[in-house]
Amino acid sequence: MAVVLILAFVAVASVLFHLLSPWWWTPIASNWQYIDNTIIITFWITGFVFVAVVLFVAYCVLRFRHKPGNRAHYEPENRKLEFWLATLTTIGVVAMLAPGLFVWDRFVNVPSDATEVEVVGQQWLWSFRLPGANGKLGTSETRDITAENPLGVNKNDSAGLDDIIIQGGELHLPIGKPVKMVLRSIDVLHDFYVPEFRAKMDMVPGMVTYFWITPTRTGTFEVLCAELCGVGHPQMRGTVVVDNEADYQTWLQQQQTFTQMMAASGEPQTAQ
Amino acid sequence: MVNIPSSINDPIPAAEVEDVELYHPHSWWTTYVFSQDAKVIAIQYSLTAISIGLVALVLSWLMRLQLAFPGVFTFIDADRYYQFITMHGMIMVIYLLTALFLGGFGNYLIPLMLGARDMVFPYANMLSYWIYLLAVLVLVAGFFAPGGPTGAGWTLYPPQAVLSGTPGGQDWGIILMLSSLILFIIGFTMGGLNYVVTVLQGRARGMTLMRMPLTIWGIFTATVMALLAFPALFVASVMMLFDRVLGTSFFMPAIVEMGTQLQHGGGSPILFQHLFWFFGHPEVYIVALPAFGIVSDLISVHARKNIFGYRMMVWAIVIIGALSFVVWAHHMYVSGMNPNFGFFFATTTLIIAVPTAIKVYNWVLTLWRGDIHLTVPMLFALGFIVTFVNGGLTGLFLGNVVVDVPLSDTMFVVAHFHMVMGVAPIMVIFGAIYHWYPKITGRMLDETMGQIHFWVTFLGAYLIFFPMHYLGLLGAPRRYYELGESVVNPPSAHDLNIFITLMALTVGAAQVLFLFNAAWSLRRGKDAGGNPWRATTLEWQTPTTPPPHGNFGKELPVVYRWAYDYSVPGAPEDFIPQNEPDPENRSREHAS
Repeated sequence: MAVVLILAFVAVASVLFHLLSPWWWTPIASNWQYIDNTIIITFWITGFVFVAVVLFVAYCVLRFRHKPGNRAHYEPENRKLEFWLATLTTIGVVAMLAPGLFVWDRFVNVPSDATEVEVVGQQWLWSFRLPGANGKLGTSETRDITAENPLGVNKNDSAGLDDIIIQGGELHLPIGKPVKMVLRSIDVLHDFYVPEFRAKMDMVPGMVTYFWITPTRTGTFEVLCAELCGVGHPQMRGTVVVDNEADYQTWLQQQQTFTQMMAASGEPQTAQ
Repeated sequence: MVNIPSSINDPIPAAEVEDVELYHPHSWWTTYVFSQDAKVIAIQYSLTAISIGLVALVLSWLMRLQLAFPGVFTFIDADRYYQFITMHGMIMVIYLLTALFLGGFGNYLIPLMLGARDMVFPYANMLSYWIYLLAVLVLVAGFFAPGGPTGAGWTLYPPQAVLSGTPGGQDWGIILMLSSLILFIIGFTMGGLNYVVTVLQGRARGMTLMRMPLTIWGIFTATVMALLAFPALFVASVMMLFDRVLGTSFFMPAIVEMGTQLQHGGGSPILFQHLFWFFGHPEVYIVALPAFGIVSDLISVHARKNIFGYRMMVWAIVIIGALSFVVWAHHMYVSGMNPNFGFFFATTTLIIAVPTAIKVYNWVLTLWRGDIHLTVPMLFALGFIVTFVNGGLTGLFLGNVVVDVPLSDTMFVVAHFHMVMGVAPIMVIFGAIYHWYPKITGRMLDETMGQIHFWVTFLGAYLIFFPMHYLGLLGAPRRYYELGESVVNPPSAHDLNIFITLMALTVGAAQVLFLFNAAWSLRRGKDAGGNPWRATTLEWQTPTTPPPHGNFGKELPVVYRWAYDYSVPGAPEDFIPQNEPDPENRSREHAS
């Protein structure tokens, strides 16, 4: 009997915990409400299956536990039952996978009007680069990194000269405009992770990765690193501020461009 | 010339094939130390795996203490914390679970359950263990090497694994870890080939593949998978070792480390991840399939009922094994690989849910209308069903690519994989030890201690890992030495971390009771007799218990029926051993 009660309790208490626990995701600040919705669908389907299976086991133990004189039923197979269970499972799986793939299609395809914002990770610091007046990021290369040019921006690419460089500071984003986060690392793996944005992606040295979001809520958000990057991993924090357009422009005007940064460090620029 | 009967149900004369010559030991050393007897090797494997597993258990306590009481235990600094989590993970996955299921249970059960005298290649089998032991010693040497063991996380992702920002990256740690893995794979390959060949060539007469107990199907399929998957890890380990020692750049692109341009260039960190997970995902099933097989037999024996849908169960094992080779990149959804892979890998991953669910249904349908004896092995089997279903279902979150994006690299992942490939298989391991200990030692484990051990372990582990999912849902990232002030670490989450740590200490303490029980029952346990559970399979039909070298005395058993003739209508007993003749062809086999 104790076994039956404890099994039933595990099922019921798990559901109650889910409904009553104070630990739930942070209020969303991007367009990825779809992701949250898909998680909700998945919770419903999997929660139902979990409770059904555990309660069924509890019932079996209650009803069929050994008593003197009992004998088990002898039934090696039941094709019909197995077929129906497999079919129902397939339907449940499709109900989770289909919306998931639909949302993934949106996740993969960046809107054409998205602005590029570069995030550069290094042990253990976040840096950012925004396109300047020409709306384009210049090319960059890990090999070009020096003390004066910490992001390795290509000095010979005129598109990069007006890029705005923020080393170790806050990143601001305007609300309501899609941004493509272009991700680079100069040493090890990192992962640009803002819990409220839901989206995240690893940053891999030697390649450029990306994801896109549209910020939907102004506020200040914490950036965490979500890929183990050495002992400083927990200290690798940053800040993203989502502004309204006016505040964003004000902030933008105060940032230095690549040209200004190089001039300040005394190194002559070489692009023609 | 062996006379093969026209029908497997024909009565078969007693074995007239000459026994294969076994190397019979002549001294204490060759009997107990350099033994070629699969049963002794099994015990050597198991004791070594459990010993190193206890190290991993202690490491888990230390990391939990840090998470619950950051800064209180000053000897756990960030370096040590990362070393602890790395060694804990690697030990549990490779050196405990893989070694115990295949080297331990595989060695003990394959010859006995199939009616063989021993493994086909006893000498290679012995070597397999000694190389495994060497691998364990090299692994442990990391703790004593300058700089300590590697702290790269058990996934050992380059470039950080071989750079100075990671403990052991520029010291001995990573070198010892990779060397140990290479040794493990060499040792495993010797054992693994043995298990496969023994299953294919060493079965008793009448033991057709479709009469094999599911335990053997699980171990057999897992071994085939391991032989195909481990080479990927082998290659990745060798290449990383070259990157670290010889300065090659297989996985190393151009890097500026702390302001210094390194000499590396042109390599791909993601290539390592593909190789690692090409091994790493099948590895999940290398652990899970033996557990699936064993738990099927535990449920069947202790519910006195044939396993429901045997053929479906066999096919599900084989299909899961095959599919698990085309799902690896679901560990890499946010790795930066081409995101279009997500469509393919999410689909294959969720397809695996179907055969896996069928297995769960068949376990619970075996309980349905059974005659359930709530023995300790049965309790652990029930605990397995609950934790496996829980952990399997959260896999549907992480396998569904877009749902994985917010949850990846959070505590949700930690909770998921501990539930599904930590707690659930360990439930089976304990169930199996309570089940087969009487055959191994001739004595029963103490029932009361077993009950306490089960309830504390099962409920405690559930209380550790079920709430942990919600920390991940909240957004708490994994592999954080300390989360500190953060929106994803409110005071309530910290309280929960303290609770989880207390549970972890409790569950750990319960294992001491288990070890005591295992030692105490060796001398004082109730006498088991040859077949205390009244089971059908061949290992319970040996003339003496514990079985001697050669297992079956003068004549090998001959098999006349499948492994699941429990509660057959009209039979005098509620079980019929596999080697009992069936002159009237009454065994329903698969009810065709």
